Amino acid sequence: MLRKTILSAAFSAAVAGSFVMGAARADVPESSEPIKIVTNNWTSQLVLAHVVGDLLMDMGYNVEYVPSDTQLQFTAIAAGDMDFQVEVWEGSMAESFNNAMADGLVDMGAHNAVTREDWWYPSYMNDMCPGLPDWKALDDCAELFATVETAPKGRFVGPPADWGKHYSERIDALGMNYEEVAVGQAATLWAELQSAYDRQEPIVLFNWTPNFIEAKFDGEFVVFPEYDPACLTDPAWGMNPDAVYDCGAPASGYLKKAGSPDLEATWPAAYAFLQNVNFSNDQIAAAAAMVDVDGMTPEEAAEQWIESNKDVWSAWTM
Amino acid sequence: MSARSDSASLEGEAEGFTVPGPKSLVWCLLAVLLAGIAAPWVAQGTDLSMMWPEAWHIPIQSWITDFFKWFGNEAGIGPLKVRDITRALSAALEVPLEVTEGILFRGLPDWDIKPLPWVVVVIGTGLLGHWLGGVRLGLFCALSGLYIAVFGLWADAMRTLSIVLVSVPVAALTGLALGIWATRSKRAAKALGVVFDVMQATPHMAYLVPVVVLFGFGQVPAMMATVIFAMPPMARCVILGIATVPADIIEAGRMSGSTRRQLLWKVEIPAAHQTLMLGLNQVVMQTLAMAVIASLVGASGLGQKLLFSLQQLYIGKATEQGIAIVLIAVVLDRLTQAWAYRAPHYEPEDKPWWQRHRHLLAFLAVLVASVVLARFLPALLTLPKELTVSVGKEIDIGVRWFSKNAYDYIGPVRDWITVWLLLPLRNFYLALPWPVVFLALGYAGWRLAGVQTMLLILAMVATIALSGMWEPAMMTLYLVTAAAVLCVLIGVPIGIWASRSERVARGVMTMCDTLQTFPSFIYLIPVIMLLKVGDLANIVAILAYAAVPAIRFTYLGLRRVPVVTNEAARATGCTPRQRLFKVELPIAMPEIMLGINQTIMMALAMTAITALIGSRDLGQEIYKALPGADTGRGIMAGLGIAFIGIIADRLIGAWAMKRKRELGMLD
Repeated sequence: MLRKTILSAAFSAAVAGSFVMGAARADVPESSEPIKIVTNNWTSQLVLAHVVGDLLMDMGYNVEYVPSDTQLQFTAIAAGDMDFQVEVWEGSMAESFNNAMADGLVDMGAHNAVTREDWWYPSYMNDMCPGLPDWKALDDCAELFATVETAPKGRFVGPPADWGKHYSERIDALGMNYEEVAVGQAATLWAELQSAYDRQEPIVLFNWTPNFIEAKFDGEFVVFPEYDPACLTDPAWGMNPDAVYDCGAPASGYLKKAGSPDLEATWPAAYAFLQNVNFSNDQIAAAAAMVDVDGMTPEEAAEQWIESNKDVWSAWTM
Repeated sequence: MSARSDSASLEGEAEGFTVPGPKSLVWCLLAVLLAGIAAPWVAQGTDLSMMWPEAWHIPIQSWITDFFKWFGNEAGIGPLKVRDITRALSAALEVPLEVTEGILFRGLPDWDIKPLPWVVVVIGTGLLGHWLGGVRLGLFCALSGLYIAVFGLWADAMRTLSIVLVSVPVAALTGLALGIWATRSKRAAKALGVVFDVMQATPHMAYLVPVVVLFGFGQVPAMMATVIFAMPPMARCVILGIATVPADIIEAGRMSGSTRRQLLWKVEIPAAHQTLMLGLNQVVMQTLAMAVIASLVGASGLGQKLLFSLQQLYIGKATEQGIAIVLIAVVLDRLTQAWAYRAPHYEPEDKPWWQRHRHLLAFLAVLVASVVLARFLPALLTLPKELTVSVGKEIDIGVRWFSKNAYDYIGPVRDWITVWLLLPLRNFYLALPWPVVFLALGYAGWRLAGVQTMLLILAMVATIALSGMWEPAMMTLYLVTAAAVLCVLIGVPIGIWASRSERVARGVMTMCDTLQTFPSFIYLIPVIMLLKVGDLANIVAILAYAAVPAIRFTYLGLRRVPVVTNEAARATGCTPRQRLFKVELPIAMPEIMLGINQTIMMALAMTAITALIGSRDLGQEIYKALPGADTGRGIMAGLGIAFIGIIADRLIGAWAMKRKRELGMLD
């Protein structure tokens, strides 16, 4: 309750401020229809979605949270069934996102935060396989990572086949002694990692940042030949002259926001605010850690985050 | 589901071919085996591909996807678009859902009504249980409610309950209407029979894709998917119930001058009451089985929270949430059953009215007292977080401890099974040349059930091949075969054991109930931790769910062996062992085969869920279709699974029927 009063006071101040400056805003809220915010099933997205939702509610909007699958959501946003998604990942969602833009989905700008998705290993592997994180060292230790199904090749636990990662192609292009075993869903990756970590077993798997794994497990990304857009299109580029994909993933991919086609027309002030929303890597990691390390619910973490980051979000409301 | 097997077997009976020489079938099997083993060598020498050639694929998948895109966005009569109709339907369903949600957990701020205090719901369910089924049921209901509250799952459970409370009547009424229609028209009965067969054999996940295209995202579309999945058992029970009303009752109804409508509502439906209640019961169970899957298209509630917990590897928390789903299912199940079997109960008129309505009065008293007290004591409205408990962390630690320490023993077993059993079996299936598969299945269909069934089977296999699903279908077949064999090896002995002792039976049946209602997503994670991503993990996860019918039907079959037959065996001096193997098991064999049939169905359904682990089967195809709303891919993969199921069902059903006839167990 106390928080609510502080917030609304801050908001009235902010709104009053804008009036003084003559930038009179249309009456907020412009519509009592709820703004539907997408929630997914990983921590940072949930906390961020609730942060944005709480802030919108304090501005006077009605907000509804709609849980959704990561890929299916873009079709729904483009159709206007949902209005806002706070985390669009370049590596795993760019394709669905771009497809949905043709149907009307709105690109609402990028966060400062950058994303990275690549092969990753827990730090205890550094002792077992000297030379890491270099990919050549990893290749030399391939037998360490072998299981009966893949032996004598090493086993790389890869992302779901439809995430469009082309790791098998990379293995071929770089001539690595590995075989990709694709999981069905992210939870499977974590189950594999958790059990291998508990047994201190060799494992190299797909991972990304920022996510809650960093807070729970020590580890590093494998360093592949540096990414270059030409690597994906021009076989001549890179160490293998006859193949594409002979490089690592971009070390800093975008993290964007997406909105529905009606968002701007129906709630102009909310649209302006959502365009300003901008999180950094540290802020996202801290938000996720409140849930994954401190054991809060995403809703509680969002309230806590708003309380302790007033200077951050007050800049968005201007 | 058992009704389907009945219809299948009836068809086999109607065609009534000569009894198949078991020898010719054995030869046929041998031929397949040889072909599978020889294929790789043949293929190496020649250019002959053993897979269905890619050039023969027809783009059914993209046709379907395009059709749904058009249907969902552009199709319509004049200005009225299909999209508007479906969206209007969604909006209409949203109204009752909002009211239920408002009463149960959201409150109705427009009328300044607070949600029902949890105390009222807990005590209210307890009173309802007491009224319908006595002290024990009442206590069970109240304790289940208390569990949900104390473990801090109240709001989510009420969200799930709201969906259930709205979709169950919708599914039940639709089922009732369709069922009545089927009893009125032979043609409708036939068409609906086929539709229901396919609907029930298709994994629930495959429904989600078209539902999203047509109805959008959120609570209501999730409800639509639930209704579609939960309705067929109701319709089947209606058909069965009305068909089995004794002729003399109907005659009596006719004699007293009933119109057709009166005959239906005043005679047939009341007389079929108990079968109808069984249908309702199935609807409730299926609805809760959908709770988790529906959250993939935006249903919030326990299912969604459960998936989130799993995503963070909070297995303990997920287990608590899963138990809550099971408890809701069991409470609703026991309540409907108690209602169905309640003997008509008339209070003597001379008792004062407050004694006749004491349950209602007690509920009203609790309601008023709680609502008033809640103004001063908010803990009655929602239990504060400090008062809730969770043993999730302890469970997590336990699971991790087990996976860490048991792996030393399980790892080698896993490796041995994988290398010596699974990989050869997989290679065998993948190497099977498609003509051999066509010939073998067609032959078996012809010998067991006749030309019509043979054509049906061939058409289905061809559809799978033409739609470009050959390899995933063979992978599915491989996983399901391995799982089914293990299910039989484990399930049948447990069923036999249960049939020997009443006490064991009770324990085993409770375990079966739990395994089937407990959301299967949860045990995937420990399975992965112990077995790593691979085929064995898939198979073990399938096993936990699909062994249940093998156990149940073996038990039932053995229990139904006529007492006289058993006595006769005893009298001729059989040892218990001889009696089991020479008398009881052969007689129970048709039932056991139906159990295996059901096991195959369940295993097929589970492949859509074990897709979470990762494999290259049809379940994975469905799972992959979901994100991109790739309707064609999802539907064809779903149909592929349904077709495999129907083929197995037809073949096994026909075989069981023949065997029954040979044993003289049919008139």
